[in-house]
Amino acid sequence: MGDKTAGKRVLALIVLFGGIALFVVSLVLDFMGSQFAFRGAMLIVGIVAILLGLFIFPTRKHHRTIVYGVFVFPLLFTFAVTVIIPLVLGIGYSFTDWTGVKITKGVGLANYMTMFSDPAFIWSILMTFVFVVLNMILVNVIGFLLALLCTSGLKGIGFFRAAYFLPNLIGGIVLGYIWQFIFNNVLIGLTNNISLLANTGTGMMCIIVVYIWQYAGYIMLIYITGLTQVPEDVLEAAQIDGANATQTLFRIKIPMIASTITICTFLTLTSAFKQFDVNMALTNGTGSVSNFMGSYLSNGTQMLALNIYNTAIAKNNYAVGQAKAVLFFVILAIVSLIQVRISNAKEVEM
Amino acid sequence: MKKTRTVKAVILTLIGILIAAYVLFPFFMVLLNTWKKNTDIVAGPVSFVGASWGQFTENLGKVVNNSNFPFWSVLATSVIITVVSLVLLALFGSMAAWVISRNNKKKWAYAIYMTFIASMIIPFQVVMLPLITTFRDVGKFTGVQMLQTIPGIVFAYCGFGGAMTVFILTGFIKGIPYSLEEAASIDGCPPEGIFFRIIFPLLKPVIVTVTILNGMWIWNDYLLPSLMLGQNGKVKTLPVAVQAFVGSYVKQWDLILTAALLAIIPMIIIFLIGQKQIMGGMVDGAVK
Repeated sequence: MGDKTAGKRVLALIVLFGGIALFVVSLVLDFMGSQFAFRGAMLIVGIVAILLGLFIFPTRKHHRTIVYGVFVFPLLFTFAVTVIIPLVLGIGYSFTDWTGVKITKGVGLANYMTMFSDPAFIWSILMTFVFVVLNMILVNVIGFLLALLCTSGLKGIGFFRAAYFLPNLIGGIVLGYIWQFIFNNVLIGLTNNISLLANTGTGMMCIIVVYIWQYAGYIMLIYITGLTQVPEDVLEAAQIDGANATQTLFRIKIPMIASTITICTFLTLTSAFKQFDVNMALTNGTGSVSNFMGSYLSNGTQMLALNIYNTAIAKNNYAVGQAKAVLFFVILAIVSLIQVRISNAKEVEM
Repeated sequence: MKKTRTVKAVILTLIGILIAAYVLFPFFMVLLNTWKKNTDIVAGPVSFVGASWGQFTENLGKVVNNSNFPFWSVLATSVIITVVSLVLLALFGSMAAWVISRNNKKKWAYAIYMTFIASMIIPFQVVMLPLITTFRDVGKFTGVQMLQTIPGIVFAYCGFGGAMTVFILTGFIKGIPYSLEEAASIDGCPPEGIFFRIIFPLLKPVIVTVTILNGMWIWNDYLLPSLMLGQNGKVKTLPVAVQAFVGSYVKQWDLILTAALLAIIPMIIIFLIGQKQIMGGMVDGAVK
C-alpha cells in the first residue's frame, strides 16, 4: 500500500514537473520570438501535463479542492478566452481607432457619433424593430394556432408536427438560398416578372415570411407542451359548467399557459433581433430607399446584425463596427432584463 | 352532433394538410429541380418537363466533384467539428456543472455560475471582431494556430456553448440527492470516482438534451466558421461551403439546389432517426 502511494507520488511529480518545464520553455521561446514549429504543441502538452499531474497527485487533504479546480478549468478557460476577454476588449476597442490590427489612439465617443450620423445604420435599426415586432406577433399567433391544431386530436398528428417543425432543422444560409430560388424563379410568374426581393418593402415581407416558415414550427412545439400540461380535470369542469370551445380557449387555456407565452415571446424576440443568416442569404440587404435622413440608401433590407458585419468585414471599418455591436449588446441586455423582471413577477403571483 | 364533429375533423385535417403542403413546398421544389437542367429549371420551375434520373446523377456528379465544393471533405469537417465539440461540451460541461452545484453555498462557485448565466445575453456580434484578432495574436505569439484550424474552432464552440450547457446541467444535478455521494464517499470513493461512476451516468437524459440543443446550433452555424475558417480557406463547414459555392455559381440553380440538397440531407436523416428526442430536446431547452 505504502509503496503504491510512493510510486504514484513519483509519477505525479514527474508529470507535474515535466509539464511545468514544457510550459516554461515554450513561453520563453515565445517571448524570444522564436519560430520553432513545435512551441505551440509544447505549450498545450505542458498545460495538460500540469493538470494531469495535479489530478493524480496522491494527497488526502487537498485532493477534493484539486479535483474541483481541474474539473472547472477546461470550460472556464475556453469560456474566458472566447467570451469574456473579447467582450472586455471589444468594449474598450469601441472607444479607439482600432483597425483590426493595431490601435494608435483613443478617440472617445467619435465612433458612436459616426454611427449615429450614418443613415444606413439608423435605417437598419428601424428595420430591425419593425421585423422584431411583426415577427414576435406573427410567429406566436401562428405557432399557437398550429399548436391548437396539433392538440385537437386529429389523425396523423405526428406527421403534421414533424412536418411543421422540419424547416427549423435547416440552417439560415441554406434555406435563404432555397427561398431566394422560390421568390426569384417560382413565384416570379405571379408578380409580373419583378422579383419580390428587389424592393425594400416586399423584400422585408419576404424575410418575415421565411422567418415565420422557419420558426413557427419550433414555437408550436413549445405551445403544444404548454397546452398538454393544462390539467384534464379543469377542462372537464369547464365543460360541465357549459363553457363552449371559445370560452375554454380564452378563459382557461390561454391564462393557464401564461408562462409559456412569456417564454415564447422572448424567444422570438431575441432570436429575431440576432437574425443574420436569412437576411444575408435571401436579400443580402439590397433594396433601395429613395430618401432617408436626406440621403439615398441602397441597402434597405439590411438589419442590425448584417449592418454590423458589413461595416466591419466588408467595409473594413472595425472600430465603428465594434461600436455598433456594443449598442446591439446594450439593446439585447435591456430586453433580457425586462424578461427577467416579467418572469419573476409572474412567479411571485403564482 | 356526431356528424358535425366528423365534418369538423375533416375540415381541420384538410387545413393541416394544406399547411403541411405549404411548409414542405420549398423542399419539394429543391427535390424536383435537382432532377433538371438549368434551362428547364428557368423555363418552368414547377413543371416536371426535363426531369430525369440521369440528369439528377449528372447534377450530383457536377457538384460533388466540383473543386469549389469538395462535398465529402466538407461533410467530414462539419461532422468532426460538431461531434468533437459536442463530446467535449458534454464532458467539460457536466464536470463544471457538478463542481458548481456541489459548492453552491460558496462565493466563488456562485460567481462562476452567475457569470455563465449573465453571459447568455451576449450576442455573438459584440465579441466576434476582438475574438478573431485575439485568436490571431495568440497564434502568432504561442504558435498554437487557432484560426483556420479544426481545434481552434472546437475550442471556440466549447467557449460559446459552455454557458447554456452549464445552466441546464446544473439545474439537473441540483435535483440529484447529495446523500448518494455521501454514501459513496464514506465507502472510500474519491471525488473523481463519485463523478465518473455515480453522477455522470445519471446525467444521460439531460446530456441528450444539451447535445441536441448544441448540435442544432453548431451544425447550422455560419458566422463563426466563416470568420474563423475563412470563406475560401482550406477547412470549410457545410454552411460556409454552400455560401462560397453560391457566390461562384450565380444563377446556376441546377448546381446551387443540388448543393443545398446535399447540405440538407444529413440533418433530415438524423431527424428521421431521432425525431422524438430532437423535438423533445428543443422544447426542454426552451422551457428550462
